[in-house]
Amino acid sequence: MKKIPILLAALGLASYSGLAFAEADAERGAATAAICMACHQADGSGMNIAGGESWPRLAGLDAAYISRQLHDYKSGARSNASMMPFVNMLNEQQIQDVAAYYASLPATQGKGSEGADEATLKRGQQLAERGDWSDYIVSCKSCHGPDNQGAGDVFPGISGQHAGYIKAQLQAWKAGARKNDTQDLMGSIARRMSEDDIHAVAVWLASQNSVAK
Amino acid sequence: MIRTLSYAALSGTLLFSVNATASDATTQQYIDTLTELGYPAPKDDELVHIPPTMEDLENAKLHPELKRVIRKGYDLFTNTQQLRGENVFNNMNCSSCHLGEGRMPFSAPVWPAAVTLPNFRGKNDHVNNLEERIAGCFTYSMNGKPPEYGSDNMLAMSAYHQWLAKGVAMYPEQPIYGRGFPAPDRPEELSYARGEAAFEEKCSVCHGSDGEGLRVGDQTVFPATWGDMSNNWGAGIVRIFTAAGFIKNNMPLGQPNSLSDQESWDIAYYMSNQERPQDPRYTGDVKETLKNTEARFHKHSMYGQARETDGHVLGDHSNTGEKSFLKPDTIRPRTFE
Repeated sequence: MKKIPILLAALGLASYSGLAFAEADAERGAATAAICMACHQADGSGMNIAGGESWPRLAGLDAAYISRQLHDYKSGARSNASMMPFVNMLNEQQIQDVAAYYASLPATQGKGSEGADEATLKRGQQLAERGDWSDYIVSCKSCHGPDNQGAGDVFPGISGQHAGYIKAQLQAWKAGARKNDTQDLMGSIARRMSEDDIHAVAVWLASQNSVAK
Repeated sequence: MIRTLSYAALSGTLLFSVNATASDATTQQYIDTLTELGYPAPKDDELVHIPPTMEDLENAKLHPELKRVIRKGYDLFTNTQQLRGENVFNNMNCSSCHLGEGRMPFSAPVWPAAVTLPNFRGKNDHVNNLEERIAGCFTYSMNGKPPEYGSDNMLAMSAYHQWLAKGVAMYPEQPIYGRGFPAPDRPEELSYARGEAAFEEKCSVCHGSDGEGLRVGDQTVFPATWGDMSNNWGAGIVRIFTAAGFIKNNMPLGQPNSLSDQESWDIAYYMSNQERPQDPRYTGDVKETLKNTEARFHKHSMYGQARETDGHVLGDHSNTGEKSFLKPDTIRPRTFE
């Protein structure tokens, strides 16, 4: 039963909570997104910031996924000091609209893999595509889908995401600072990853295409 | 434990180790990782084998052409959907059930087949070799039609199995550590309602509330747990104890041994109460088919029984799923006469 409201949200017909709202409107979302652009940029590409807080690429991500993250920021299930003031400006309709807007933008390329050495990229590719079962680290793609470009509305595309953002999220899951994943599916893997593995997989994913070419 | 370790030192990747002490340490570390994940430690007389990886293959002293064929076998094993419509008629890959590329203990690692076959198999009542065993998986778990015996694809998959068994003696006398999907003790009572609730809570985010799984394009991300795109009624995992063993040891993905024994069995019982394509051993009559297969197989599943929630008799249909035939020609008795 629970997937019905999710489906409706994905179609933009209702909110996650099942209450009726006007259809999500990407054009209206574009206007609302004005408050997001300082960080996420006009084209939704975000920014990789070496040594600082990277802002994720939102362009081309699944609308229901973006919407769920915004709800989670609002409820406190996910926390981030930079996001908090902005998400609190959004009402339910605006969350739907802004999610639809970013989902409609063409995906941009990730940054942060420049200068990575071959051994690091090779290890990153192994973790992303095959995992390392000797430490029970399952591959990224076993949930994030073919080429890690996302699967359904729960598992976001991570290929072509900025290395700095992926790294920060894996570190947050590992430390228990982020835990809004269903059933600890991400947390349980992140906790088995070394800092080197986190770095390797982040730079490799950043170097990959965000959508099928 | 010393005996176990000394055996392990003779097997698999450990052959590459320069001395026995290093091998023992490697094996101990392997066992420590597994016990930390909640798996039992090997018993003193059990054979512990660490199957070689694809990286080990690159460094192995094998003919380059053999390496190429083993890589092809690996590719078929982990992306069996490339045979869709030819040999595979559902959403399964070999690696959907044999996790960790067929290498993980407690996830029916596939290398034991390479060292214990040919052997008598109760399921079809005759001696099977490795190819026929693989053919069984295609017939039932993939709801399909096996690649021809001796074909390139069959040889490649066999080669991958044998590579994983590298260094293990043929017909080992010791029991094999982590073989199959060892089931937890069966609880006194199994509950459909509890299984349904647990499936919804713990499994449906990936496998869907209707067990449909998830596909992206022509690839399977999460396999269907029942229905036309899942294994048929003849697959080993329709047996409740096998499914309970798979679930307990492997699910949710990344969290082995996190569900209770009761939850694992309840979910398995719930799954065995759902429909799926017909058993290729079907005679046209579910009661007769049940009678033929009950002692060896279906006494462990819900096949042919009335579902408690609505009285539906499970398997009482002629639906073969996506394929147009019931039984592939390769499935036939052998008499060696």
